[in-house]
Amino acid sequence: MKVLSKLSKRGFLNYAIVIAFYLVFQILSVTGNLSSSLSGQLIPIVAYVIMALALNLVVGISGELSLGHAGFMSVGAFTGAIVATALQASVPNGILRLVIAIIFGAIFAALMGVVIGIPVLRLNGDYLAIVTLAFGEIIKNLLNCLYVGVDGKGLHFSLTDANSMNLEADGITILNGPMGALGITKISTFTSGIILLLIVLFIIKNLVNSRTGRAIMAIRDNRIAAEATGINVTKYKLYAFVTSAALAGSAGALYALNYSTVVPKKFDFNTSILILVFVVLGGIGNMTGSIIAAAVLTILPELLRQFQDYRMLVYAIVLILVMLITNNEKARATMVMLRKKISRGKGKEAQS
Amino acid sequence: MLTNLINGISLGSVYAIIALGYTMVYGIAKMLNFAHGDVIMIGGYMAFCTTSYLGWPVVPSILFAVVVCTILGIVVEKLAYKPLRNATSLAVLITAIGVSYFLQNAALLIWTSNPKAFPNLVASIPSIELGGVRIANTAIVTVIANLIIMVALTLFTNRTKMGKAMKAVSEDKGAAQLMGINVDRTISLTFAIGSGLAAIAGVLLCSAYPTLMPTTGAMPGIKAFTAAVFGGIGSIPGAMLGGILLGIIEIFAKAYVSTQLSDAIVFAVLIIVLIVKPTGLLGKKVSEKV
Repeated sequence: MKVLSKLSKRGFLNYAIVIAFYLVFQILSVTGNLSSSLSGQLIPIVAYVIMALALNLVVGISGELSLGHAGFMSVGAFTGAIVATALQASVPNGILRLVIAIIFGAIFAALMGVVIGIPVLRLNGDYLAIVTLAFGEIIKNLLNCLYVGVDGKGLHFSLTDANSMNLEADGITILNGPMGALGITKISTFTSGIILLLIVLFIIKNLVNSRTGRAIMAIRDNRIAAEATGINVTKYKLYAFVTSAALAGSAGALYALNYSTVVPKKFDFNTSILILVFVVLGGIGNMTGSIIAAAVLTILPELLRQFQDYRMLVYAIVLILVMLITNNEKARATMVMLRKKISRGKGKEAQS
Repeated sequence: MLTNLINGISLGSVYAIIALGYTMVYGIAKMLNFAHGDVIMIGGYMAFCTTSYLGWPVVPSILFAVVVCTILGIVVEKLAYKPLRNATSLAVLITAIGVSYFLQNAALLIWTSNPKAFPNLVASIPSIELGGVRIANTAIVTVIANLIIMVALTLFTNRTKMGKAMKAVSEDKGAAQLMGINVDRTISLTFAIGSGLAAIAGVLLCSAYPTLMPTTGAMPGIKAFTAAVFGGIGSIPGAMLGGILLGIIEIFAKAYVSTQLSDAIVFAVLIIVLIVKPTGLLGKKVSEKV
């Protein structure tokens, strides 16, 4: 126990969990004990964990509710898919191409974060939430109408249909409007996903424990007091928002390059909500909680497969019950009492 | 042009009725009830089942849908939201999302994902021709229903004791309680009214766009929520205005710009309004206390 608390104090617990998770699943898959449906879920799990961490940076550390984070994921996903497909000939190495795609995904999502963040962060509370929701929907709608192709001359874009791009004979359509990105080569691997996740954890840990992170948290706790001490509120809020968008973009690229096709509809309001559920269930502001909640809740529908048609119903009931139990005053009081009893018991042990 | 305007007002009236439910619940319980859109869907299915399977006449089937949704609203409030009265707003939001998932998946199990063709419940009312413009019967009924609801709700909140209690609770819960108002019952009543209105909105929505699926309520729900914010959340006239404006913008965007981009345009207008006037069109400006 003591070792564990020391680890968590230094922020190494998160790394330990991720590495343990990696080792367990890697051993399972090498020894052939992993069901095919679950092994197909490994990269999505990692992507969702990164999404949860990114959203937690906005919701937990910066204290703003975003209902449109799937939008950033989608920007990252389609940028990643376009970059990876366009570079197929010039960069034959899959890993290198994945890295470039993820970096581009993150950059484009970050740019989108700046574009959205500047107007949005002037608002407060529920209004901010609804505007992020609106931006998420706008991104989805625009991507639904976007056609991108590549040929010998480079990239072609169109907002009307695939034919108006005037591709040459050897050209390929990468993004086909509502049909999404087609013919992606799967280059994401579980190992590369885990490495990305560790990097994300490192970025978040360093951000939170830095001067910038403390400024962001000061704004969350009391905006007026923070402003009075000379903190530039908009700048730091934007800092957190854009970082989060970039991380979400990298998760999106990782996610998209795990499939052969990705449609814009995949990243709708429901996905944003799903990620928010991970963050809230894991504990707002608690990164370890986000990791566990995202992993467990992505696997849960798979494990509930035996209930078949009832699984989403069961999922909904579990969600409601967990929220009721963890937030009800009576339930909470009981928890506090239990914890006190346990710690008192420990105290006695130490004395004797 | 005129036809589009009428279609816009008709669609907007449906949004307005849904937005009323959002705005009333938000005003009183300070929560975003994400399950509201799914109550609309349940209302639609209730009307569909009673008319198509049981052969009920129109009026009783609509009444039945309203009663079922009202009870549903009260039950959901009692089971899922009441235990969280003092929890953070995010916790309540997630619970509401859980309820929304629950309703959608329950509907999926009962009625499957195959879309149902909703019967035109207002077929007995003729469409009219006015100066060369045809006004669909659904549009007439929707707009009239909207007007009746608006007048009734305004009278209710301003004249009756329960309505005044509702206003009092939304302004200051603690003070209202000290004045002897039963806050719990008032909140339940708000959910009941909001859900009843959702049932009516469900019937009207499905009459105008006759396909019914477990996800029917989701998108109109989000848009109506947007409409409520657009008009200033918590304000009843604001919800009306926001709903109708949103409907008109959507239809015009569909007609003159692009069908695919109409939703994007609606949301873009919302963002511009909120940036210029951060509390919505008719929202109250609340100054921040230090």
